[in-house]
Amino acid sequence: MIEARGLCKRFRDKKRGEIHAVENVSFTCQPGRVYGLLGANGAGKTTTLRMLATILEPSDGTATVAGYDIVAQPEKVRASVGFLSTATALYPRLTAQEMVEYFGRLNGLDEATLQWRVAEIFARLEMESFRERRCDKLSTGMKQKVSIARTLVHDPPVMIFDEPTLGLDVMTARTIIAFIRECRDRGKTVIFSTHVMSEVEKLCDTIGIIHDGKLLAEGALAELRAQHGEQDLEEIFVKVVGPHHTGAGEN
Amino acid sequence: MSLRYAGIVYRKELTEALRDRRTLISTILVPLLLFPLLSVGFGGLASVLIGQARQETPKIMLLSGADSPRLAEKLRALDQLQVVPSAANWKQQIENKEIRAAVEIPPGFEAQVTQNRLARVTIYSYEGEIKSTFAANRIEKFLKGYRDDVVKTRLAAKNLPEDLLQPFEVKLENVVPPEKVGGAALGGLVGYMVILLCMTGAMYPAMDLTAGEKERGTMETILSSPISRTQLVLGKFFLVLTASLATAALSLFSMGVSFWAMNRLRVFDMAGKGGELAPEHLKLSLGAVLAVFLMALPVAVLFAAAMLTISLFAKSYKEAQSYLTPMTFVIIIPAVASMLPGIELTPKLAVIPILNVSLLCKELMVGTYHWSYIALIFLSTSVYAGAAIFLAVKMFQRESVLFRS
Repeated sequence: MIEARGLCKRFRDKKRGEIHAVENVSFTCQPGRVYGLLGANGAGKTTTLRMLATILEPSDGTATVAGYDIVAQPEKVRASVGFLSTATALYPRLTAQEMVEYFGRLNGLDEATLQWRVAEIFARLEMESFRERRCDKLSTGMKQKVSIARTLVHDPPVMIFDEPTLGLDVMTARTIIAFIRECRDRGKTVIFSTHVMSEVEKLCDTIGIIHDGKLLAEGALAELRAQHGEQDLEEIFVKVVGPHHTGAGEN
Repeated sequence: MSLRYAGIVYRKELTEALRDRRTLISTILVPLLLFPLLSVGFGGLASVLIGQARQETPKIMLLSGADSPRLAEKLRALDQLQVVPSAANWKQQIENKEIRAAVEIPPGFEAQVTQNRLARVTIYSYEGEIKSTFAANRIEKFLKGYRDDVVKTRLAAKNLPEDLLQPFEVKLENVVPPEKVGGAALGGLVGYMVILLCMTGAMYPAMDLTAGEKERGTMETILSSPISRTQLVLGKFFLVLTASLATAALSLFSMGVSFWAMNRLRVFDMAGKGGELAPEHLKLSLGAVLAVFLMALPVAVLFAAAMLTISLFAKSYKEAQSYLTPMTFVIIIPAVASMLPGIELTPKLAVIPILNVSLLCKELMVGTYHWSYIALIFLSTSVYAGAAIFLAVKMFQRESVLFRS
């Protein structure tokens, strides 16, 4: 489970002064459900997810992830999380197996458990054929599989995906979407960010619309449709964001 | 604090480093080849060139001397010199290296000598040009011999003994073992090279493990794992330190092999010259070299941590290079300063990083062990190194540095 309570993140910029990247964001993600964070570029999605993954420290507020506080117990939080984004690349000079084993060891797995987990994941994701191949020699699809294996190796109860399909071709993106569904079906808590409406419609049990660092609307797709009197998610998004849109937060 | 996770990071970084061509070149290949190339290669080449220059029979010109036929005749009769007909543009010919030197015998030279009057013979040469210098030296040697003969003749004419003008002899003799002579001649250089190579060995891995990681997009991947930032920095730091020490150790090894090879090949004998760099003087004591290596340890720690910190600040490999290149000058200047003649360790200099170790290396190489200085330098360098590691850990905890864009 993830419970965010009043998360804030402020950055200092020499030219622009203090920037409020995330302001007072609170939400709850339940196990066995997918929470979709929907927002334009620069809305604060990545910053929010990085705070949940303890890569960034909140300026204010906090969250609990799998029962651990992100400010007080960041290492325990990271051990309970699988974090995947387009920015989480692979080590080019390691083989697929070495890459997954490395993260298994960093997650504290003993050698026997690690070997069993690696064998299981490689079989499940059909990665046997490129087990010994270096990551810089893999195709995009293979790389994504290695990244997935890397996030799964310690069997975390919480999965965080930051725009995981950004820049991927249709087939590779489908692999990721299928993987997110599988995580949900296995009872994991899943949060993922995107600006692709169709992905949200297909996957999410709960949707949070974020803009200029603020969570403006939240609910199941049916609830949002009823609240805003629109069937199309894009129209709902425009209705929610429109009155607040200044363009200031866009990258 | 358990270093288990730092060890996991270290092993992974080592695996990657050993698969990286650029790291292998800077850490293993360069130190292994640098000394043999510099010493045996360049030294040998220089010896061969000097030998060739010595073997050449230089062309020289006699300016005037028509009324001093005996001297002119003796000069012409020398096997080591070839006297060519004089020409008005003799200066130009020396400059153009067509002839190597010219001798001006003043008018009435022989008559002046006979009348016991002071005469002056002038040798013209191209200063700094090796073949011209050799020619001038040969002429000078011949003229000194000729002068000695004149003196002997004068003494004989007055029935005086030959050694009248040489009441005693002066002899210069070395009393220290060859290792100390080698240490004094090469000690500064050894310390300088070890420090320089510790730095070059640390430089590439430091950039690769920080700015390189940002550039490849793996920084966020590793930061999402449960390892603490301190353990992560330590794992990376140990790898950079390994590379730095490996470079220094390999360079010392290749330096030793190069000296051994120079002695075996008698490189400097080819030039037919003994003196300071004679083979018997090229011995370095193994103990001294090991002591230098031990003192280089905290310096390597300092370099590894400092370079890790600086390159972490960079967004890309290229940016890291532009930060570290000026740093090389900061390191090279004190290392070179230690080689200046006359600079010796003082309590104040003993706390200046790099300079202190360079100066100490000079002393260690000649077998002088000032234990109080050794303790002070080891301690002060360790303090600087510790501060640099602390700074590196702090930098790894700063979001503005890790996610600088």
